[in-house]
Amino acid sequence: MDARKEGEPGLMNRTTVERTSERELVTKRTFNAPAHIVFEAWTKPELFKRWWAPKSMGMSLRSCEMDVRVGGKYRLEFQNETMAFFGTYLEVTPPSRLVWTNEESGEGGPVTTVTFEEQGGRTLLVLHELYPSKEALDAAGTGAADVLSETFGQLDELLVTLGASMGRT
Amino acid sequence: MVQYTQTHFNASFAALSDVTRRGVLEQLARADASISVLANKFDMTLTGMKKHVGILEQAGLVTTEKVGRVRTCRLGLCRLEEEAAWIERYHQLWAARFDELDKVVEELKRKEKADGRKKRR
Repeated sequence: MDARKEGEPGLMNRTTVERTSERELVTKRTFNAPAHIVFEAWTKPELFKRWWAPKSMGMSLRSCEMDVRVGGKYRLEFQNETMAFFGTYLEVTPPSRLVWTNEESGEGGPVTTVTFEEQGGRTLLVLHELYPSKEALDAAGTGAADVLSETFGQLDELLVTLGASMGRT
Repeated sequence: MVQYTQTHFNASFAALSDVTRRGVLEQLARADASISVLANKFDMTLTGMKKHVGILEQAGLVTTEKVGRVRTCRLGLCRLEEEAAWIERYHQLWAARFDELDKVVEELKRKEKADGRKKRR
């Protein structure tokens, strides 16, 4: 179910998602760069916020604070103040491994582990999300859908405002 | 996306391995039915039928709803589709993020090369 057309440059580096168990989602993607570079883009807030809220998905971050060290906190806020993602870094091992909690939804949030595995100058990135229970993962699915549609709704409003006041995107 | 829900498929296959449960699904494909109607049709006790329906329910193949004293069963295939749909949205989100990340990474690579050249001078 890959939406890409043949011949697009990203075809070689496909993103795959697999629900590997009732509590786990595993996402994989290869990047054409050494691990330390990909790791840098995940650990510097000014870089992270450029890709984590993709414009193509109608997302935009208002603020992005990251204290990337064991026990350090992060907080990502969308345009709407009520939508924030926050948690704590549990492991920080440059340039190969990051682990953090997702605390915005209380007890039901997953623990996210990202590994960066360098292979001949390229990096295989594996994003692993482990939920406390099957129910929590199922609920996250429903929630994610809500958040996305909410975000799109806000984008519509924002575009109207921006279009009116700035005359550019 | 073939891989997204292996465990669900396993549960579905287990649920479908029984001839009575396949019969119940066929029956529900024609019309919703209460547990007692199903028990009658398949010449079973209520408890026995509840067990079968429970297994189908766990696999997401059947949903039940209790109205008053009657528990109505209906085909629940949409739950599987629902899960597929949100995993697909999750997939789209991360694919979009990673396409943007590609741009950031390319920029960092170029910068590192340029810095490397500067240092050698």
